[in-house]
Amino acid sequence: MALTDGDLQAIWLTVRLAGIVTVILLLVGTPIAWWLARTKAWWKGPVGAVVALPLVLPPSVLGFYLLLAMGPDGPVGHLTQTLGIGLLPFTFWGLVTASVFYSLPFMVQPLQTAFEAIGDRPLEVAATLRASPLDAFFTVAVPLALPGFLTASILTFAHTVGEFGVVLMIGGNLPGETRVASVQIYDHVEALEYAQAHQLAAMMLVFSFLVLLGLYAWRPNPKKG
Amino acid sequence: MANIQARFQLDWPGFTLDIDLALPGRGVTALFGPSGSGKTTLLRCVAGLERAPQGFLSVNGEIWQKDNYWLPTHQRPLGYVFQEASLFPHLSVMGNLCYGMKRSANVQASALDKPIELLGIGHLLDRKPDRLSGGERQRVGIARALAVNPRILLMDEPLAALDIKRKQEILPYLEHLHDALDIPILYVSHSPDEVARLADHLVVLEGGRMLANGPLAETLARLDLPIRLGEDVGTVLDAKVGAIDSDWHLARVDFLGGSLWAREHGIPIGRHVRVRVLARDVSLAQQAPGQSSIQNVLRGRVDAIGNDGHPGLALVRVRVGDSMLLARLTKRAVAELGITLGQELWVQVKSVALME
Repeated sequence: MALTDGDLQAIWLTVRLAGIVTVILLLVGTPIAWWLARTKAWWKGPVGAVVALPLVLPPSVLGFYLLLAMGPDGPVGHLTQTLGIGLLPFTFWGLVTASVFYSLPFMVQPLQTAFEAIGDRPLEVAATLRASPLDAFFTVAVPLALPGFLTASILTFAHTVGEFGVVLMIGGNLPGETRVASVQIYDHVEALEYAQAHQLAAMMLVFSFLVLLGLYAWRPNPKKG
Repeated sequence: MANIQARFQLDWPGFTLDIDLALPGRGVTALFGPSGSGKTTLLRCVAGLERAPQGFLSVNGEIWQKDNYWLPTHQRPLGYVFQEASLFPHLSVMGNLCYGMKRSANVQASALDKPIELLGIGHLLDRKPDRLSGGERQRVGIARALAVNPRILLMDEPLAALDIKRKQEILPYLEHLHDALDIPILYVSHSPDEVARLADHLVVLEGGRMLANGPLAETLARLDLPIRLGEDVGTVLDAKVGAIDSDWHLARVDFLGGSLWAREHGIPIGRHVRVRVLARDVSLAQQAPGQSSIQNVLRGRVDAIGNDGHPGLALVRVRVGDSMLLARLTKRAVAELGITLGQELWVQVKSVALME
């Protein structure tokens, strides 16, 4: 039995969503992680806690507040309406926005750990070799944190693929727009199409296992400086 | 006159630094002191890696820090050698050397030739840092600091992380640097041996304060300083190899005031050397010594008498010609010999160390 058009559409939508979210979070999460790794400010703790919130919050809670914020009376909703974009809930880009929040800790935390592991010394060396702080970030910190970037990207991608609760709250269930693979499985089960559900669910299971296997089996050599 | 002026004050929990000093604008200045004395912090302030508020720093006429003006590290034309080589692990030796060179104004690729040759690392250029020995890594670290064509070289205990064998491997390169470079070098160390071999000028620090600041030989010969050298108290003489006795494998070194015989190390006649004479190897006698295993005997005049670390010991400074030697005696010996200031005595030197 082959995948239905609906299944393929859902898979493609999931991959697109996870890919876009990963790219956005690389851009947004990297400065946050860098700041958290280097700052001595007292509000490092509160900021770190906010970043980690999605790890423990029920997706429905996060989705509920995001729905309010992006709705017609919410601050984000006002902003998007003023900009002429319209409202984000029940659109693909609304889903992207929500997923960025939802997957934020999966990008920030591995990166922060990687940046902290580098320590001050390589950056001090770079400064004595005439590199400005920005130059040193791109030519020293990023190459040394490369394994961290890889881990963070894979975790973010995989976690976004596995999202369900936030999608239901923000995106609903619109084919081709917000119906991702996890929602498609839910639909199959609701319709008692267990064979179809099996097929997609097994794919998700194998995908998730392979991703984690790759992460855990892959160990970079400890480097000496 | 070209020189370095520095004034830094730091008040950290458990540590204060309060330094105001002028240093010569060339040659090797050793910043010497026990750990916690502030020598590394002082060096980091000069580099701009620490910021002492309201400090002042000028290097050979250029102001790097004054009032609220503070030049960031990457804009200071300096080279810095860290205690651990701290090479970039993701770059080859060549990549490490080029990193600073590419970012320095008016530095051509050919500027790498001299440091590569000085440190003898030509055969290592393609290697990654994790394929180098500790000594090789530190040599690359020094070459990397020189490749930016710095106007001052700052070295933070570059040998401290190495074992004796590696130290011996690198010291000749450092001595060579001393002769080959005409920029000032600030050299942080807690090793009296390194200071005696490398420094021209000595700054002694303790508890974040400066105890002494002067030319090496003069400062080492001061008796009023609690320079915590312990067994390493001694003086350094500038000398020249005057003769070699190849039958007995001895070399005669001539200094201002006399000559000494030392073990011969293949240093040719006419070469300038440093002679280190430890106070514990010097003894004094009223009469000319007769037959003795100690063959280096000089005539000197007592210049000063001071206390040594142990209550039973005294340090006697003896002027031999224009040079100074220290002798470590028991206080009883000083009393029984009736040693007084200005007295003429025989000075016996048991052993000396030659340093090229």
